[in-house]
Amino acid sequence: MTASIPPFAILILGGLALPFLRGALRPAALLLLPLITLYLVWQVPDGVALQADFLGNTLMLVKGDTLSRLFATVFAIMAFAGSLYALNQSRTLELAAAFCYAGSAIGVVFAGDLITVFIFWELMAIASTLVVVSAGPSAQSAALRYAAIHLFGGVLLMAGIAGEIAATGSIEFRAMALDSVPRALILAGFLINAGAYPLSAWLPDAYPESSWSGMVVLSAFTTKTAVYVLMRGFPGTELLIYLGLFMVFYGIIYAILENDMRRILAYSIINQVGFMVTGIGIGTQMALNGAASHAFTHIIYKALLLMSAGSVLYMTGKRKCTDLGGLFRTMPVTCVCGIIGALSISSFPLTSGFISKSMISQGAADQHMAIVWYLLAAASAGVFLHAGIKFPWFVFFQKDSGLRPAEPPWNMRAAMIFFAFLCIGIGILPAPLYAILPFPVTFVPYTTSHVVFYLQLLLFSGLAFFLMLDWLKRSLTITLDVDWIWRKLGPAIFRWFDARSDRVWDDLRDAAGRAARGVARGVYRHHGPTGALARTWPTGNMVFWATVLLAGYLVLSYLAF
Amino acid sequence: MDDHWLTRDTTVRRLWIAFVVILAVLVLLDVTRHEAHFTLEAIFGFGAWFGFLSCVALIVFAKALGVFLKRPDTYYDS
Repeated sequence: MTASIPPFAILILGGLALPFLRGALRPAALLLLPLITLYLVWQVPDGVALQADFLGNTLMLVKGDTLSRLFATVFAIMAFAGSLYALNQSRTLELAAAFCYAGSAIGVVFAGDLITVFIFWELMAIASTLVVVSAGPSAQSAALRYAAIHLFGGVLLMAGIAGEIAATGSIEFRAMALDSVPRALILAGFLINAGAYPLSAWLPDAYPESSWSGMVVLSAFTTKTAVYVLMRGFPGTELLIYLGLFMVFYGIIYAILENDMRRILAYSIINQVGFMVTGIGIGTQMALNGAASHAFTHIIYKALLLMSAGSVLYMTGKRKCTDLGGLFRTMPVTCVCGIIGALSISSFPLTSGFISKSMISQGAADQHMAIVWYLLAAASAGVFLHAGIKFPWFVFFQKDSGLRPAEPPWNMRAAMIFFAFLCIGIGILPAPLYAILPFPVTFVPYTTSHVVFYLQLLLFSGLAFFLMLDWLKRSLTITLDVDWIWRKLGPAIFRWFDARSDRVWDDLRDAAGRAARGVARGVYRHHGPTGALARTWPTGNMVFWATVLLAGYLVLSYLAF
Repeated sequence: MDDHWLTRDTTVRRLWIAFVVILAVLVLLDVTRHEAHFTLEAIFGFGAWFGFLSCVALIVFAKALGVFLKRPDTYYDS
């Protein structure tokens, strides 16, 4: 009975076993385990499939429905393509951690209760930190910052979950109204993983420090499980519309200013998740279908873009736009696959992004949200600008950097071609994806009006890009982000206090020293060799003081009687 | 050294001409667009001018923000 094997177990156990596998067993495990997981995902029935008792609660470890299966499906496909791409990755820690990470993400999307969500949530934080750490010494400090932010998010989530269970008496994970402090804490915990502003800087800080294959898997799971839990827990929460729109433009602006190709793509993850968060905030069936399908297509085209960038990094060791350019000559497959990913992220007609993102805009239009719709349209133009053209242009064209790298190994090319086919296939034939969305799809993406509008929007963005190319020229700069607070301001404040406290400490020590010396001098003066209290007392003195005491006693007795 | 056909001046010029022709055709195709949910959207060539102006605005805003927030990329290394 295969249905009783929980889908998350295969990848988590496989990840733990991976370091002990030798020879052909390792690539076999890397490729087969995700496919077995995909099969198991589709064996999960609707409703609770696996329960366990824990601390007096009955945990719903596996609970299936359409939304869970949709996310778990794309996670399993991603684990497969990520493994294929990373077959020649020699860092075992990264591969093992990536499997545990993917398995935990699948655990989150099948979790029927808040405690199970939390357990897999934290497993993901640990496993993903290990993926970053495994890239080597240069990634250590970014990995530490990454872990700190995610553990903080975990604390918020745990406090929220504890409060929610205390208030409602139920551990079930269901849609919640944003009406209590615990729920606000749960939402905040979810949003940190979604890369929502202001605690978003962990993403462009840590992901680009991972290895050429590490960032491909990192891009898929953390932010998209966050999209899943937001969709499950907080659909239709108005705050998410504004937050999502902010993320959309924040991602574009920072990506425009960025020089590092993988940081461009990192900011663009925030931008894309912003579209999904906005859709969740709108909360209608159309918008939620849009957010869910966009998460599905996004995982594929973003991984494709990062595989293309990873191939360039793997073959040249360079990631800055200022060092790259002209690579189309010797890396045509990597270049074409990168362009297909770039067209998909830009929602170009006949690519996967077109059939998913436009549903979110349609959701806004159906609700007559004019401002939201205009902003989403402007942002769609901006996506083509910051990722759709910028990434391929600066990496593969632009100028001749003199670099003549060969194409990457076959497995990396195969993974890219696989995902490029999916991007175009889903774009041309959206029906199979529409069939597995949480709500029935009434949306027709390919109408003349729609296609003409999107082509105008995108190609005129392209015109703006090439006309303003001088303004977009890259320089050897970074742009300060919120992480400046904990990377510069925090340490500066600490040093300031440190210097001040040193001075206070010195003053206190001096004062204490002076006081101690004063006491010592006093003791010496009275009790030292010449001190009055240290002299030998003559008998006469004693007689005198005894007389004084007796006289005093006499006077007192007269007064008393 | 750099003599790829794609980078020659004549090719670049032809690409620009083709691009401008496509843009013009796209704007003319606007007559086939009948869907409009909002007021601005009904204006002729909405996608074209709205897309173009949005991108110009985004680039100008990014440039302005960059004046304050850009630092050398070795900023955090020390």
